Amino acid sequence: MIGLNHFLIFSGTLFCIGLFGALSKRNAIAILMGLELMLNAVNINLVAFARYVTTGILTGHVFAIFVIAVAAAEVAVGLALIVAIYRARISVNVEDFDWLKW
Amino acid sequence: MDVNLSLLSIEIATVVLALGVLIIGLLVPKEQKYGLGYLVTIGLAIILFVSFSFYGINTKMFDGMYIIDDYSVFFKQLFLISATLVTLAATLYVKKIGTNYGEFFIMIVFATLGMMILSSAGDLITLYLALETMTISFYILTGFRKGDSKSIEAAVKYLILGALSSGVLLFGLSLVYGMTGTTVISEVALKIGEMASMPPALVVGVVFLVGGFGFKISAVPFQMWSPDVYEGAPTPVTAFLAVGSKAAAFAVLMRVFLIAFPDFSAQWRVLFAALAALTIIVGNLVAIPQTNIKRMLAYSSIAQAGYIMTGVVAANTAGVKGVAFYGMLYVFATIGAFTVVMNFSANTGSDEIKDYAGLAQRSPLLAAVLTVCLLSMAGIPPLAGFAGKFYLFSSIVSQGYLWLVIIGLLMSMASVYYYLSVAKVMYMADPQDDTPIIVPAGAKATLLITMAVTVFLGVYPQPLSVLANMAAKALFF
Repeated sequence: MIGLNHFLIFSGTLFCIGLFGALSKRNAIAILMGLELMLNAVNINLVAFARYVTTGILTGHVFAIFVIAVAAAEVAVGLALIVAIYRARISVNVEDFDWLKW
Repeated sequence: MDVNLSLLSIEIATVVLALGVLIIGLLVPKEQKYGLGYLVTIGLAIILFVSFSFYGINTKMFDGMYIIDDYSVFFKQLFLISATLVTLAATLYVKKIGTNYGEFFIMIVFATLGMMILSSAGDLITLYLALETMTISFYILTGFRKGDSKSIEAAVKYLILGALSSGVLLFGLSLVYGMTGTTVISEVALKIGEMASMPPALVVGVVFLVGGFGFKISAVPFQMWSPDVYEGAPTPVTAFLAVGSKAAAFAVLMRVFLIAFPDFSAQWRVLFAALAALTIIVGNLVAIPQTNIKRMLAYSSIAQAGYIMTGVVAANTAGVKGVAFYGMLYVFATIGAFTVVMNFSANTGSDEIKDYAGLAQRSPLLAAVLTVCLLSMAGIPPLAGFAGKFYLFSSIVSQGYLWLVIIGLLMSMASVYYYLSVAKVMYMADPQDDTPIIVPAGAKATLLITMAVTVFLGVYPQPLSVLANMAAKALFF
């Protein structure tokens, strides 16, 4: 029987993979993908909690939908900025972004 | 269900202002778009005056999701004042950016809207949405100088680290929701009060919240983004980022921690005390060797966040009052200093401290305002920063955090060194090029207002102190 703990372990693992990807990748697009994994881990959390903790109340679902919408907005801005920096540097490698002292 | 929408009139007016300017911006010819900045300033000033009538309402809307109380009104006024001053000061600087003049001001208004909702958020979902409204507007504003790759680079760094911290914060919020079964902040506290023991997942959630908020207020060790972003962003944006985003994060942080988690305040107070001590020490010490004035001000604002955090450590009415009071002073001092920086760089194209040599001869006003603002940040009496630090430190001294006060005082003394070395360059050194610096009327008004308020509140802090006290009491009501 699959219970709440399975979902939490799954989302915790997914969050860690996303965090590791965001911190270790050098390509800015790959970093954004890592960030998306983190947010999706949160969504799994929210929906699992809505199912097992507050059965019948949809707060968790609503929260997850808002997270998806905001994540889309964030990625839209992120990709626009990456396109802009690619024009200036011909690179999306974060190690090349060294005009400011990191 | 009855909803009294007039309680939301400040927020609605802000949205209408932003969308209205967006449409007007499409209609006016390109060479007349410079008027839009003044339109936004006037609009924000009118909203600011209207907001005074919202004191004393203290009510909740939408089943506690949205809170209108003196606390939120105080912070809304703080954001409106900073947005008004920044838009007033920014005209010449934004003219140099050239394109998309109207959109720049609209994004500032949207960021202000996010902050205002953040200070009123009574629910974790509202909190998250408001936080992202503010932050995404700031990502765009940071990268506004499309042609300048420093600005774009700062925006990319801000976006990556900001989204990372949002993810961490959100994971914390989801755990809090899962362990308590509610997202309304005041109900979270009730549910926690009913629990026999603390579930470990909730503790993890709270630690994640500290990390996420710590990033937004640029507390050490989450501060690594702020010097780069402050240096690369257009200077008016840096000013607004330094005051607005930080004050908004503090406003919501205090609501979440003091209202939702009072039952284990012993644990998170120690955590915040350690963060505050680290932030004060690192911020001040790293500011000393900086040669770029925006970077120096970035580290100084990290240190200021550390001082403000001592009010969170106090976790009582006096502490919240200290935070509200200091937050307001910090607005005037920071915007004054950054207005000098933006006008100096609009004239000379430089942000290096050594180029400020002999500024007192080139523009006595700029030199005087910068000196007053920096000394106020250092906490020299009779300027306002002294009264602010007094309220903050006196709120924790009786609670066994004397060591934190001593660190704060010692580091304030250290900060006088780097603040005064800027003053020394401006007054003692001879200018390499003595052409006078042109300051437009709007920026002049901002400079005079910030200097006058900083001096006035230092001599006579009573009115602001009464307001801050009212705000602090409303939070615990």
